[in-house]
Amino acid sequence: MNLKTTVVTVLVLGLLGFLAWGLADSQGEGLEPGGEVPVETLETLPPGGKGSLADYRGQWVLMNVWASWCIPCRDESPALERFGRRHGDRVTVLGVDTRDLSTDALGFIEEFGLTYPQLRDPDGSYADALETTGVPESFLISPSGQLIRRLRGPFASAPEITRFSAPALRPAGGVRSGGAG
Amino acid sequence: MRTAFAALLASISLLTVVEPAVAEPNGPRANLPQLEEEVMCPVCGTLLGLSRAPAAERQRAFIRGLIRKGRSEDQIKAALVAEYGPQVLALPEDEDTDVFVYLVPLLGLIGGAILVLIAAISWRRKAERELPEVEGPSGPEAERLDRDLDRFGP
Repeated sequence: MNLKTTVVTVLVLGLLGFLAWGLADSQGEGLEPGGEVPVETLETLPPGGKGSLADYRGQWVLMNVWASWCIPCRDESPALERFGRRHGDRVTVLGVDTRDLSTDALGFIEEFGLTYPQLRDPDGSYADALETTGVPESFLISPSGQLIRRLRGPFASAPEITRFSAPALRPAGGVRSGGAG
Repeated sequence: MRTAFAALLASISLLTVVEPAVAEPNGPRANLPQLEEEVMCPVCGTLLGLSRAPAAERQRAFIRGLIRKGRSEDQIKAALVAEYGPQVLALPEDEDTDVFVYLVPLLGLIGGAILVLIAAISWRRKAERELPEVEGPSGPEAERLDRDLDRFGP
C-alpha cells in the first residue's frame, strides 16, 4: 500500500468515524414509556427558589413543557389549570417554561391565573434532556419517576387531559388518595 | 436677563457632561442588526438575524427595549445570557472543549492540503513516466544537423 492510498484510507475512515459518532450522539438513550424521566434542578417561577421533578417523587405528575410565545400553549393552559384544581389531590400539574423570557413567562402565568408549580428552563437544556421536539409537550410521570406516556403537541380538549391522565386517576393510581377514585 | 442667560449656559454645559454618560454607560451604543449576527435564536438553532420565529421576535423586542434604555452591547449580551443561558451567544466560550470548534476545520484544511499535494506529486510522476522516449537523429542525419547548427547557430 503506497502513501497516497494510506492517507486516503485514513481520511475516509476518519470521516466515517465522525459520522458514526454524530449519529450515536443524536440518537441518545431514548426516553420511552417505562423509562426514568430525567431530573434537573431548575429555578422556580416566580423566581426565588429551586425545584425539580424529584420534589414530587411519590406523586403522579403531569408535566407540561411550555413557552409564552407558543400559541397552542395559550390554548391549553386554562384547561390544565382547571384539571389541576379538580384533580390536584391525585395528580400534580407541573409547568416547565422553556427558552422563554422570564418577564413574558410571568405575564403568561398571571394572564391565565396559573396556580400550579412552575419551573424555568432558560436555555432549553431540560427540554432537550426530555427529548422534546417543540412546545407544548406533556408527560405523565408515575410516583416512582417513570414515564407513563407523553404527548407531543397540545391537548385538543379538556377531556383529553383527563384521558391522558387516566392511569393516575384510576382508583389504584392515586397514591396520595389512598386508592380513592 | 443675565441670570437667565447664565442659567441657560449652565444647563447646556451640564447636558454636555451628563448626556454621554447616560447614553453610553458602558461602551458604544448597541444596534439590533449587529446583535442579530452575534446571538442565537433560542429555539431555531440559527443566528437571530435568520429567524422570524415567535420566540425570535420576542427576543428581538427584548433587545430593542434594552437598546432604548441605552444599554451597551455587552450589557445586552449579559442580559440575554441571564435570560437564556450562555448558549445564546453565537461565539463559543473560551473553554477547553470549544478548542475543537477551531481545531477540526484547521485539521480538515491541513488534511485537504496534504491530499492535494500528494495528488499533484503523483500526477507529475505519472506524467513523467508516460513521456514518450524520443530518439535523436543518427548517421548522416546527425552529421547534417551538426553542419546546419554550425552554419546557422550563434
